[in-house]
Amino acid sequence: MADANGSLAIRPMDQFVVRPLFGGETVGMFTITNVTLWMALTVLAVTAVMVLGARGRALVPTRGQSVAELAYGFIYKMIEDVTGRDGLRFFPYIMTIFMFVFFANILGLIPWAFTTTSHFAVTAVLALSVFISVTVLGFVLNGAAFLRLFWVDSAPLALRPILAVIEIISYFVRPVSHSIRLAGAMMAGHAVAKVFAGFAAALGVAFVVPVLAVTALYALELLVAVIQAYVFTILTCVYLKDALHPHH
Amino acid sequence: METLALADMGRYIGVGLTAIGMGGAAIGVGNIAGNFLSGALRNPAAAPGQTAMLFIGIAFAEALGIFSFLVALLLMFAV
Repeated sequence: MADANGSLAIRPMDQFVVRPLFGGETVGMFTITNVTLWMALTVLAVTAVMVLGARGRALVPTRGQSVAELAYGFIYKMIEDVTGRDGLRFFPYIMTIFMFVFFANILGLIPWAFTTTSHFAVTAVLALSVFISVTVLGFVLNGAAFLRLFWVDSAPLALRPILAVIEIISYFVRPVSHSIRLAGAMMAGHAVAKVFAGFAAALGVAFVVPVLAVTALYALELLVAVIQAYVFTILTCVYLKDALHPHH
Repeated sequence: METLALADMGRYIGVGLTAIGMGGAAIGVGNIAGNFLSGALRNPAAAPGQTAMLFIGIAFAEALGIFSFLVALLLMFAV
């Protein structure tokens, strides 16, 4: 189990390698990779739950329909609570983000699956699209008054320029923290699970201990997957609130 | 060759040091969760309405721990 350097042969980061599916070595712009496959599966899973599940439109919902209705009601209430009623115009976008991130996280937990949201490139696109659309929306809805977001009226006048600088920095850091939070949580959890699984292979008879640890970790990862999807969505709502109501 | 190894050593020590940032984020998240729980036990009726605030607070506290992770990544792969 030990390699040439005498360390354990555990490669926790190998699971995140992007590989072409149909032979070849280079990954170009339009190469079909394992990321493409698992993103397509994510979209299929969302479609299965939301479109096929709710197709019956029964008055007394079936099991599939009540899952779709629960997800719908959950996001609807979240937007209503965080952004207010005028945020409900953007319900389809936020619902799409939540369902995509949620299913990508959950599908990534299947053994041998590829976690698409563990890559910064994927989450950065999601976060940047939120950042750009919120900024554009803020200027379109409020005009130059959107800049009052950085001018904290409740602070003493002498402090406001300093606070404005801090607010502007924190505004532009948003897409960074928004994307890295999700990707980092997903990547770290999967890497830890892989390290513990490697211990099980190395320990021989005592493999029971790491296997139990991995089982507990897996339950924790399930929780993290759901919470990170929730946090990603609720932060989208918080940023959207700033665009709709830039006054503190 | 010697200086290169020394630079690598400094880099790896730096990456290890960024793990301290995780402790700061842990203190912040624990503080928020603990205060939420103590507040919720005093006024359980008001607690369900504030869970969204709990998660937003946790997310913001966690962001600063994530920046230390970012520094680690930059040291490992970008510097």
